[in-house]
Amino acid sequence: MTRNITFMKAINEALEQAMEKDERVILLGEDIAGGAEVAHLEKKNEDAWGGVFGVTKGLMPKFGRERVIDTPISEMGYMGAAVGAAATGLRPVPELMFNDFIGFCLDTILAQGSKMRYMFGGKAKIPMTIRTCHGAGASAAAQHSGSYYGLLGAIPAVKVVVPATPYDAKGLLLAAIEDDNIVVFSEDKTLYGLKGEVPEEYYKVEIGKAKVKKEGTDLTIVTIGKMLYVALEVAEQLANENISVEVIDLITVAPWDQATIIASVKKTGRLVIIDEANPHNNTATDIASVIGNQAFDYLDGPIKCVCAPHTPVPFATNLEQLYLPNAERVLETAAELIDDLKN
Amino acid sequence: MKKIDKKRASWILKTMSDIRNFENETHRIFTSGEIPGFVHLYAGEEAIATGVCAHLTDADYITSTHRGHGHCIAKGCDLNGMMAEIYGKETGLCKGKGGSMHIADIDKGMLGANGMVGGGFPIAVGAGLRNKYLKTKDVVVCFFGDGAANEGGFHEGVNLASIWKLPVVFVNENNNFAEATPQWYSSGSKTIAQRAEAYDIPGERLDGKDLVAVYEAAGKAIDRARKGEGPTLLECMTYRDYGHFEGDEQKYKATAGKEKELAARDCIKEFGTYLLSEGLLSEKEIAEIANTSQKEIAAAIKFAEASPIPRPEALYEDVYAN
Repeated sequence: MTRNITFMKAINEALEQAMEKDERVILLGEDIAGGAEVAHLEKKNEDAWGGVFGVTKGLMPKFGRERVIDTPISEMGYMGAAVGAAATGLRPVPELMFNDFIGFCLDTILAQGSKMRYMFGGKAKIPMTIRTCHGAGASAAAQHSGSYYGLLGAIPAVKVVVPATPYDAKGLLLAAIEDDNIVVFSEDKTLYGLKGEVPEEYYKVEIGKAKVKKEGTDLTIVTIGKMLYVALEVAEQLANENISVEVIDLITVAPWDQATIIASVKKTGRLVIIDEANPHNNTATDIASVIGNQAFDYLDGPIKCVCAPHTPVPFATNLEQLYLPNAERVLETAAELIDDLKN
Repeated sequence: MKKIDKKRASWILKTMSDIRNFENETHRIFTSGEIPGFVHLYAGEEAIATGVCAHLTDADYITSTHRGHGHCIAKGCDLNGMMAEIYGKETGLCKGKGGSMHIADIDKGMLGANGMVGGGFPIAVGAGLRNKYLKTKDVVVCFFGDGAANEGGFHEGVNLASIWKLPVVFVNENNNFAEATPQWYSSGSKTIAQRAEAYDIPGERLDGKDLVAVYEAAGKAIDRARKGEGPTLLECMTYRDYGHFEGDEQKYKATAGKEKELAARDCIKEFGTYLLSEGLLSEKEIAEIANTSQKEIAAAIKFAEASPIPRPEALYEDVYAN
């Protein structure tokens, strides 16, 4: 049965169903339950927080503190422990509260977990899913608002997924937890309240496959995460001018789906990529480079990237809004391609 | 803890000899230029890996260091596969794709030598968490050097093992030098063992050149871990026979005094003397073990030299699982 539930609830439900299905799945993180060893909470089997945003609320009371493990503020310790537990047969799902904290624990992913299988001649498997959140727009300022999915996606052997809808959030998380590799599941914190249709049952969304969210013939827009909604707005505006936009939600940042984008560009001849990460050495530039090489002959104009500026995320609301890509900027950046269409 | 009987004594002496011969031969071959990259030799520290791993089975895990050959051998890794790995051959334990610093054999409970100083702490904690979660009696030993003790991972790893009462034994091999910088310069605490008090776990500094001392302290700590009583921190004082890596001129080493005396001690000879005095092995038996060990290491070198290099396609293999 399908219900209309929030992005956050979809993630919570995926964790619950993954834990019901497989006892090897454990959760670790800072305050993912909260209140460990606080007598009056223990007595009522209650979690204090259920994660800083409440994403994991209710899972500790259901599965116990052996499986929903509150960690100290010790990112290297518990992220590395997740690598060790995964290498020895569990399927841990550590939560990195904000992706901006990656520096504290990057060694465990960059130098340890991601390289074990290769370094050990194929003998190891590291089935772990790192849940984290990214994204500006919540007035969380520079150290809690960055978007580093591209940075993590640059590491060989690490898969990175960025869902944009409640449906994909649930299905991708279940697929990630079943995957035998390190999968970073990056949640946009501004989408937690977004509602959408989500089946009640267990289902998976394929990792590595982009989704065509709207078909079109004139211009392809590829998006990551909440940039999907910017693209849909642009598509609607351009439809008024009889320009047909195809919108592709990338969903998987690493390894990203070349085939779907190439097929679309062959049809439209024009490509715009929207990525809210900083503009250099990111997923958008990677896509532009690869598509420029693989599909050059089909392109009618330059590939355009719309990204955040090369700055940290500012705090002041007006500056933060300027930081985020929006429909206006997409239309401006893509003007050269669009003007050609208008003629 | 099991006593050192004749069978155990033979295994220990053979293992220590294997490590010494493996490292001396690696030194010789590396100097001749046949081995690529860089290697960090364990010779001189054999009593620690052997005295600790004597208590472990294949179901127990260890994490190791960049100076990992000794831990691999003591944990039962195949000598041929190890030597071939150091040569970068397809028959290596890691198909030649790991090399000296990344030898691993998960089936043997060996979670990998580690090129990141201090990289093993959280991994050991994770394996310990797994053992506790699955309610096994298996333990994890985290070997680390005096240099690693100053990494943040030491604090995070020991603290987590302490609060979760994990079956992890932290075995510090204090060989006096982190690369070329002395331990006494690098550490604010006089000993590494004394830091155990801060985490409310047992800590002990001991003579790491003395096999029996290591065997007994490790046995106690491992028994404690198996019983679910939590982690222990052991600081084993030792000295490496060679430099930090091969090619190191070792200008920092002392030429006289206590440090020089420590450097002059041979843990294998000392253990041999102990075996004779306890009547556990005869001179003849000791000589036979030394002889067998030399032959096996020579055979490992032959195996490595005769083995093929990896196929070009191997470059792309084993990045992702499935």
